Amino acid sequence: MRASLIEEVAFQLIKRASIVLPKDVKSSLQKAYEEETSKLGKTQLKAIIDNITIAERLNSPVCQDTGIVSFFIKGRSLDHKALEESLRRATIRATKEVPLRPNAVHPLTRKNSGDNTGLHIPGVTLMYEDADYVDITATLKGGGSENMSALYMIPPGEGIEGVKRVVLETIVNAGGQPCPPTVVNIGIGGTVDLTFKLAKMAMIRPLGVRHPEEEVARLEKELLELVNSTGIGPMGLGGRTTALDVKIEYAYCHTASLPVGINLQCWADRRATARIYPDGSWKILN
Amino acid sequence: MVEYKLTTPLKEEDVRKLSIEDVVYVSGIIYTARDMAHRRFIELAEKGQKPPVQMDGAVIYHAGPVVRKLDGEWEVVSAGPTTSSRMNRVTPTLLKYYTIRMIIGKGGMSREVADALKERGAVYCHYTGGAAVLAAKCVKRVVKVEWLDLGVPEALWVLEVEDFGPLIVTMDAQGNSLYEKLELEVSKRVRGMLRR
Ligand code: SF4
Repeated sequence: MRASLIEEVAFQLIKRASIVLPKDVKSSLQKAYEEETSKLGKTQLKAIIDNITIAERLNSPVCQDTGIVSFFIKGRSLDHKALEESLRRATIRATKEVPLRPNAVHPLTRKNSGDNTGLHIPGVTLMYEDADYVDITATLKGGGSENMSALYMIPPGEGIEGVKRVVLETIVNAGGQPCPPTVVNIGIGGTVDLTFKLAKMAMIRPLGVRHPEEEVARLEKELLELVNSTGIGPMGLGGRTTALDVKIEYAYCHTASLPVGINLQCWADRRATARIYPDGSWKILN
Repeated sequence: MVEYKLTTPLKEEDVRKLSIEDVVYVSGIIYTARDMAHRRFIELAEKGQKPPVQMDGAVIYHAGPVVRKLDGEWEVVSAGPTTSSRMNRVTPTLLKYYTIRMIIGKGGMSREVADALKERGAVYCHYTGGAAVLAAKCVKRVVKVEWLDLGVPEALWVLEVEDFGPLIVTMDAQGNSLYEKLELEVSKRVRGMLRR
């Protein structure tokens, strides 16, 4: 696959993700607005929906924090080096042309690169898929919600009850800070590097799509109900919509451990996916 | 939940009548200020110098706008609120030196700030986090910018706004904080959920 094609598609994806929220997010926010019973909560959902509409009309990013850019790529026989180069160039171009706010800094010196790239940034995750097309997803992750991430090592004996406890704890601690309604993306199991990777893989699954395994799907639904019974509500001002969805991905783990990685996504759940075919044609999937 | 439309400069009686959960739309002039501008406001007051803007009845907005220059005129592209708790420490001092009547931001502020608001006759209003273009749409004009040496986001932007809102009063001039009220309710509910 040509590097210039990947770069162009990646650029278009970043641009789209920053301006247009995915259909599943928009309809979920609309449903939340209709079902919200708290008056204050409703004002916040209305402001969010108005903001999304105006952003699309003006071709402006939905939020001033355009986040950190990450890519998730599915396909086979991918040339890692060429891919990373193209994605980096796409990010630099999008920063200038959309424009995006330059957010990427050195973690210690805090020096800003000015173009949203730096060591290991944009993040690139490659996933093998036995298909002749390549799927690229671009995500923009805001700082306010990312700052509310939490890793717990639960005593395995506590089991599913422990998972519920730490999810609630995280949501309550976060309050209004991650700009709720949030999407709660959870990685369970693995060694801890994988735990958060799983949470990020949950992040790119559309809202409302349940995990294929019955037991996990049930836990997703139970957790969503629990989170929305806290009453934290939109922007933490009270109400029934604290989260739009809860999604889980899991991996096997050590018999002595039960790692749970919780990554909150704000209402600005910005992601865009495109499929590139072998003949070089491509289309946006969400 | 009562709805008010207020015009700047705000008077003490304008804000004393507000209670938590009220909805406010502000028209007139507001100033953006983040960490650095707060520090400069305080430094000037301590040196006995005047800031370059009128502070009586002022409205402070915790935000770092994204701006562009079109034909020599500044234009606000997006102007969502930033997290207010970063300004917790300096805000009581700021309120001591200046007759600010309203602070706008996201996420709320501390008990110390709530007490200072009560004492000085001012309120804190919440603006929807991330609603950056909605906010920018209410900005009619950039009147001027001061302290650009602090960088674009940290500078003091003087904005003329029309019906800026919906702003939710979350900390009123009677010392009430909606955050404290909700926190109590939420933790009671969650304790019940985990016991089951
Ligand atoms: S948490 Fe999300 S919606 Fe809120 S300001 Fe950050 S990026 Fe924007």
